[in-house]
Amino acid sequence: MGLLDKFRRGLEKSRTAVWGRLGGWLAGGRLDDAVFDEMEEALIAADVGVETAAWLVEEVRRQARRERIATAEELPSLLERAMTEALSAVDPAMRMADAGPTLVLMVGVNGAGKTTTIGKLAHRYRSEGRRVILAAGDTFRAAAIEQLVEWGRRTGCDVVRHAQGADPAAVVFDAIAAARARRADVILCDTAGRLHNKAPLMAELAKIRKVAARELPGAPHEVLLVVDGTTGQNALNQARTFQEAVDVSGIVLTKLDGTAKGGVVLPIVREYQIPVKWVGLGEQVDDLEPFNPAWFAQALCRP
Amino acid sequence: MLEGLSGSLQRVLDKLKSKGKLTEADVDAAMREVRLALLAADVNVRIVRDFVDRVKARAVGQEVQRSLTPGQQVVKIVYEELTDLMGGSQHRVNMAAQPPTVVMLVGLQGSGKTTTAAKLALSFVRLQHRPLLVAADVYRPAAIEQLEVLGQQIQVPVYQQGTAANPVDIARSGLAEAKRMGADVVIIDTAGRLHIDDELMDEVANIRAAVEPNEILLVVDAMTGQDAVRVAEAFHQRLGITGVVLTKLDGDTRGGAALSVRAVTGCPIKFIGTGEKIEPLEPFHPDRLASRILGMGDVLTLIERASQAVDLEKAQEMERKLRTASFTLDDFREQLRQVRNLGPLDQILKMVPGVSKLKGLENVSIDERKLARIEAIISSMTREERANPDILNASRRRRIANGSGVTVREVNQVLNQFEQMQQMMKRFAGFGKRFGRRGALNALKSMGDLSAFGQGGLPGNVPAGLPHPPERVRHHKKKKRR
Repeated sequence: MGLLDKFRRGLEKSRTAVWGRLGGWLAGGRLDDAVFDEMEEALIAADVGVETAAWLVEEVRRQARRERIATAEELPSLLERAMTEALSAVDPAMRMADAGPTLVLMVGVNGAGKTTTIGKLAHRYRSEGRRVILAAGDTFRAAAIEQLVEWGRRTGCDVVRHAQGADPAAVVFDAIAAARARRADVILCDTAGRLHNKAPLMAELAKIRKVAARELPGAPHEVLLVVDGTTGQNALNQARTFQEAVDVSGIVLTKLDGTAKGGVVLPIVREYQIPVKWVGLGEQVDDLEPFNPAWFAQALCRP
Repeated sequence: MLEGLSGSLQRVLDKLKSKGKLTEADVDAAMREVRLALLAADVNVRIVRDFVDRVKARAVGQEVQRSLTPGQQVVKIVYEELTDLMGGSQHRVNMAAQPPTVVMLVGLQGSGKTTTAAKLALSFVRLQHRPLLVAADVYRPAAIEQLEVLGQQIQVPVYQQGTAANPVDIARSGLAEAKRMGADVVIIDTAGRLHIDDELMDEVANIRAAVEPNEILLVVDAMTGQDAVRVAEAFHQRLGITGVVLTKLDGDTRGGAALSVRAVTGCPIKFIGTGEKIEPLEPFHPDRLASRILGMGDVLTLIERASQAVDLEKAQEMERKLRTASFTLDDFREQLRQVRNLGPLDQILKMVPGVSKLKGLENVSIDERKLARIEAIISSMTREERANPDILNASRRRRIANGSGVTVREVNQVLNQFEQMQQMMKRFAGFGKRFGRRGALNALKSMGDLSAFGQGGLPGNVPAGLPHPPERVRHHKKKKRR
């Protein structure tokens, strides 16, 4: 199955939701305020948020005027362009170390899908022939270490682990040493899920980052914030506070195989300039794809 | 964004000036902002539209309570409707007539089912029940281990058959095991699943058929966005859920998803989950979530209380007296009474947005007994003395001290404070002419806030700071909430 198909399949339900209702308006042909109002509401229903929805609609309206578009049928493609542009303003490529291991720190709120994403990412790097080490930095949640060890077994990666309750920064420290000794290419660090408004937990995360930076020049090369695709506007608060604490370099948008739209990444990209780097499209180990703004917008917009 | 919204709502409310009945224009203006607040809180668009229409219909033409401004009246209606819609607090599990009671937890991946299962088990333990946890999540790596570890922590047995078994069989044998060992509650932790995954939805429906649970709780992440409606609808249609557990409410989410779920399923929100530490589940309070969704903190509660306690006309009269500096001990006592009617003062203060951020006020505790004593002192004076405190000589003061059961020193303190207050008011009376009513009042309030508590003395200026609580709210709103 092609990538775009996968995207479209994942977003199938959301597309019907957004454009299903709008279909009648678009077919109606006339370009009036009612159409734009409907478009705005459809975008809000996709978790795009009130402000960004209004902004997108305004962009489309301006573009329609400029191109002297008089029928509503052409609006979806205008919207698609506006979205693609907004999402393309930032670079979605992964930053890898010039020499030595690349360290990726995975952060996010509880239940967003950090450990699963690490498993999928490990699988991906392994199939590209890289040596991957997993660091079991979630020393808090019951059996989180076992969960990561299971992923290590499935993907054939070494897992550096301490006992539950250990200092996660120490786990990362050991993982870096292990990566050097075993000449690993990538270190994927799991962390405990934490709500972003818990200051001590955010401070702990900052410490992990500091230890990584001290032990491995240039690290962390990526700090990926894992965002559950079903999350609403709270994802904005998550992006802001995690960015303040550990300087997030990218977003992983998970669970897009449901009916959720993940539209909240639009305001995140627009307000905080954090690129979306990966999307999780299912439960299989290979259901993680690099983010492509054009596809994402297309899958969301085209009826 | 959040600050912006409640700020803009406040600005709109300030503009509504009509007296008597709420006009359609009043309601429309307020409802535009309410709609935005609800959408920003992730309440589903469809539900927001219905809700706004309904509130509009109810609000237009309604009498404005004398103690409230029209804007506050609208918000009060919105708040009441929201609370109403969210249903009462029903934090009881449907118990089986013949034990064991079977509770099944279902939901999307990562919503918090396993943690909730352990918390629910602990809640039952606290109520002298003997629960058994059943690990029916055979898909997520280490999900069974997680439940076992949690079970150990709270000393509740966990039934499992490893990951090779069929979840339906696990649930059935779990129930048999519970009967064998004499457990009176069975809590089944199922795997997270997508509501559109037919195969897995069939599986959970089969579990339901096999164990006939008394309670099927849908576990919902409070941060869920617009999609909550579809998820809840699908689970409800397929399984007939009996209640909802709202998790991760200790974050800064406004939790509008709860309203959506409640609206589409009609099922009560029974519990809320906060934190990954295993503690008993907390009961759900519809009113608290309503104010959270509206994003106005406890301002709503304040409006509510103010509308009961403070008579607007009295407050306005007081304000006039403040301005003209004809403030007497009688007025002082009246204010004390009104303020005390609001409830515990330190609680009231905490409800006012911005106050908790003021330096030196974080740990303020106000001694209610002191307020009561001041009132007693003033009540022990004759009418003449209250109108003209200058006649209070040593003998009169002794009498007052005896009458109110305090020392003469305390009587003197109160009189000194009253005098200081009067002085201050005279200064502000001048202010008022230059900056208008609002300016004088606000200046007074900020004085009241900062000086009264900073000195740590008797809260003599507090009442002066609260002649008109709703006004005070507005004043503090301007300070940015973060």
